[in-house]
Amino acid sequence: MNAPNEIRIDPRKVGAGGTVTLEIDGVAVTVPAGTPLLRAGVEAGVMIPKLCDAEGLKPFGSCRLCLVEVEGRKGYPSSCTTPAEAGMKVRTQSPQLAKLRRNVMELYISDHPLDCLTCAANGDCELQDMAGVVGLREVRYGVGDAKPGENHFTAATRDESNPYFSYDPAKCIVCNRCVRACEEIQGSFAITITGRGFGSRVTAGQGETFMASDCVSCGACVKACPTATLVEKTVIEMGQAERRVRTTCAYCGVGCAFDAEMKGEQVVRMVPADAGRANEGHACVKGRFAWGYATHPDRITKPMIRERITDPWREVGWEEALAHTAREFRRIQHKHGTNSVGAIVSSRCSNEEDYLVQKLVRAAFGNNNVDTCARVCHSPTGYGLKQTLGESAGTQTFRSIEHADVIVVIGANPSDAHPVFASRLKRRVREGAKLIVIDPRAIDLVASPHVRAAHHLQLRPGTNVAVLSAMAHVIVTDNLVDAEFVAARCETKAYADWREFAARPENSPEALEAASGVPAAEVRAAARLYATGGNAAIYYGLGVTEHAQGSTAVIAIANLAMATGNVGREGVGVNPLRGQNNVQGSCDMGSFPHELPGYRHVSDTTTRSLFEQAWGVTIQPEPGLRIPNMLDAALDGSFRGLYCQGEDPVQSDPNTGHVVAALEAMECVVVQDLFLSETAKYAHVFLPGSSFLEKDGTFTNAERRISRVRRVMPPLAGKADWEVTQDLANALGYPMAYTHPSEIMDEIARLTPTFAGVSYDKLERLGSIQWPCNAAAPEGTPTMHVDSFVRGKGRFLPTQYVPTEEKVTRRFPLLLTTGRVLSQYNVGAQTRRTANTDFYAADRLEIHPHDAEERGIREGDRVAIESRVGRTVLPATVTERVAPGVVYTTFHFPESGANVITTENSDWATNCPEYKVTAVQVARGS
Amino acid sequence: MKLDKLISMANQIGAFFEAMPDREQAVADIANHLQKTWEPRMRREILACLGTADEEALKPLVREALRRL
Repeated sequence: MNAPNEIRIDPRKVGAGGTVTLEIDGVAVTVPAGTPLLRAGVEAGVMIPKLCDAEGLKPFGSCRLCLVEVEGRKGYPSSCTTPAEAGMKVRTQSPQLAKLRRNVMELYISDHPLDCLTCAANGDCELQDMAGVVGLREVRYGVGDAKPGENHFTAATRDESNPYFSYDPAKCIVCNRCVRACEEIQGSFAITITGRGFGSRVTAGQGETFMASDCVSCGACVKACPTATLVEKTVIEMGQAERRVRTTCAYCGVGCAFDAEMKGEQVVRMVPADAGRANEGHACVKGRFAWGYATHPDRITKPMIRERITDPWREVGWEEALAHTAREFRRIQHKHGTNSVGAIVSSRCSNEEDYLVQKLVRAAFGNNNVDTCARVCHSPTGYGLKQTLGESAGTQTFRSIEHADVIVVIGANPSDAHPVFASRLKRRVREGAKLIVIDPRAIDLVASPHVRAAHHLQLRPGTNVAVLSAMAHVIVTDNLVDAEFVAARCETKAYADWREFAARPENSPEALEAASGVPAAEVRAAARLYATGGNAAIYYGLGVTEHAQGSTAVIAIANLAMATGNVGREGVGVNPLRGQNNVQGSCDMGSFPHELPGYRHVSDTTTRSLFEQAWGVTIQPEPGLRIPNMLDAALDGSFRGLYCQGEDPVQSDPNTGHVVAALEAMECVVVQDLFLSETAKYAHVFLPGSSFLEKDGTFTNAERRISRVRRVMPPLAGKADWEVTQDLANALGYPMAYTHPSEIMDEIARLTPTFAGVSYDKLERLGSIQWPCNAAAPEGTPTMHVDSFVRGKGRFLPTQYVPTEEKVTRRFPLLLTTGRVLSQYNVGAQTRRTANTDFYAADRLEIHPHDAEERGIREGDRVAIESRVGRTVLPATVTERVAPGVVYTTFHFPESGANVITTENSDWATNCPEYKVTAVQVARGS
Repeated sequence: MKLDKLISMANQIGAFFEAMPDREQAVADIANHLQKTWEPRMRREILACLGTADEEALKPLVREALRRL
């Protein structure tokens, strides 16, 4: 299914040379100077035959199909490598060009099997298309003993090692598109061309299979392949798709745009959209391939109820399930009070669904006990950025990194958790930007092919604030503050207070070295590079937020950006990398217990009145319970009923034993999910959820980009999630009557100033919108805080380093920190039900060789990990990725119980759990 | 909810704001933070410890802030 060419020349890429006007086949066209003639042709509506050129790749000039004639010049230059110049007259069709192209095609086909009718690419093959375009009618040559139309690699074994795509060297035309895609787009350098002449072939690694090589299965090579050499196994099995629907990935916070290619109601493949502004045609192994969970046999498609959690489930109809739920919640509220029930919404759900759940809680439950799973990931971002800059969101577009000269990555591992953004980042570093990594582990970015961090500050878990405050100390005491920016843009007194704080000797890198473990000289060098290296951008993740001082660290990051004037233009900024697809959106939608949509506090009478009038209810002016507060209140008996949509706190929240005890203490737990999750084991009602393929809506990614999610198949259980929430509201006696999620978005826009200009019609027209989108910015806001901060003047705040209470002792001498791997996603409910388990089938404990040797632990040994709250067993990986004294694991598999051992310690401002620091002991054996 | 946990959480809040040079501002900000982010039953329970031996576990700034709620 050939994708239409959606990509036009970006007017922002007009360089110093300005534009030039030339003629192509008599058509005048104006393009930026230096634009390849092939691209200028697209602008002029002239399609020049090509094979080695592809969207997103640099011109290569190898296939010799795109030859043209230029008046006044000799020869037949390749149009992909010839830059447009003013006054050029270019001819793309002539008898001589036609002959040359036919001869070139004949040579290609001389070594290509003529099995088009049975080939997986039939109907989607550029080689076939070009043979048709150039009018190839005969093939006179063969290679060696092979006849024309046979391939000398025909006997070569296909590489079927990858679960998602196949490699057949017989069909390769050695156009290098796959190799260039791996290098230029993905940045893995995992494949190459080996051999010479007709012996040339694509080789993964050093003659390994794709699976054994460094290939990360992003699919860029497969997408780039013009033939069936690299092709999705689903296409081999199912054939070409019949229709295509543009939608948004439901995995991480990058929010890649995909075309779901469909055959009836079955997905054939997911192809990253070139026009998607978050991903610009790229993808990762999760979004590209790991969508099979949507139709996995484990899906629950019928509502179920039970009296006690020890009873077996009983399937019931939707009406009975919702009526039962409504009765139970009303019974509990009657007995224990209005505030005895609440809800948790998921960042995996859409904006419209999140909005509807918080509306249900506030309007139908009559309280503010609604929280989002962003509580346990990026709630400190919301707090810290609101306090300093005035808005609870990142400041940039992903594309902004193309203008960064210095990139700081702190507490984030983009290669694994935000891979498509990581590819952009690596590309910029390969172009010359300097990279500073602040992380307890030697993540891939520290040293990967053609990428090497200028500084790796390998700090002890729990000491981000020490390192960031030390960097501030250097910037202040070395007089590296952008005084003009600070004077014009920031609060004078707050800055003076912060400056005095930062300059104190106790905040010097030398004074904090003992705490952080980072050599002072490294901190000083990194701070100087950040402050003086040009445009400097900070990207951070949960390694910043999931700490007792998570909010303090976010504030410290904002302080650094303000002090150095690195806010308000492209190439700079403060950029939280959101863990899930709709973390930003769920926060925007009023899913926090203290804020209505648009981050407006429930105590604000004007805002509350607006919603009260629209919803026809009275809204409580006091904040509700956060997730950890709900669990605590359940144990003291004042919180008895929970509606949990798309979230699995038993597996994802800290101290599993505590979570389970709280759920067991409740009288009615309702879980709405795709699968019987760990939390569902403690539920009284199960309402089947719908995957992102089964519903309409929007997600908002880490750039504040609102993108459409489009239904490509009907909900397996008959209802989209928003319909279930609406039906529950109606069953509770609060009327809701939306007929489509677009109506919910219209209501959001009416009530939320930052969304005032958002509508499905506009999203259809623009593709995506970065909020704020309103009268002042009708098409959205790519860069925030351009002329002034959202709060007016930027506010510096002192960031005193306070050591965590989770301390190592003789009994618990190691610090455990947690994270994700590329192929699995959070609690694994989705990715564990795909072939991604071929890449990573179990959580493992990384331990440094010194710590392993001390304990007699060898690679692969089962080891027991014990903390103050629990104990679990994992296989060990002995690696220098972690520093001595630090161990690391992922939390994708319920049986490994990573959160059995994490504690309830949490961020001071938001109660975001301190997942990243747990004192443990590790011992060989189980 | 367990009082010792609430006291610990309140002291964490106090530890952030006590870095502020302006003590009055710090107390006001602690009070504001508790008012705006703690659900009423949490505030009620921690307020109940004022005037008892338990209040000794509170940082002085936090104690002062609680008295303003």
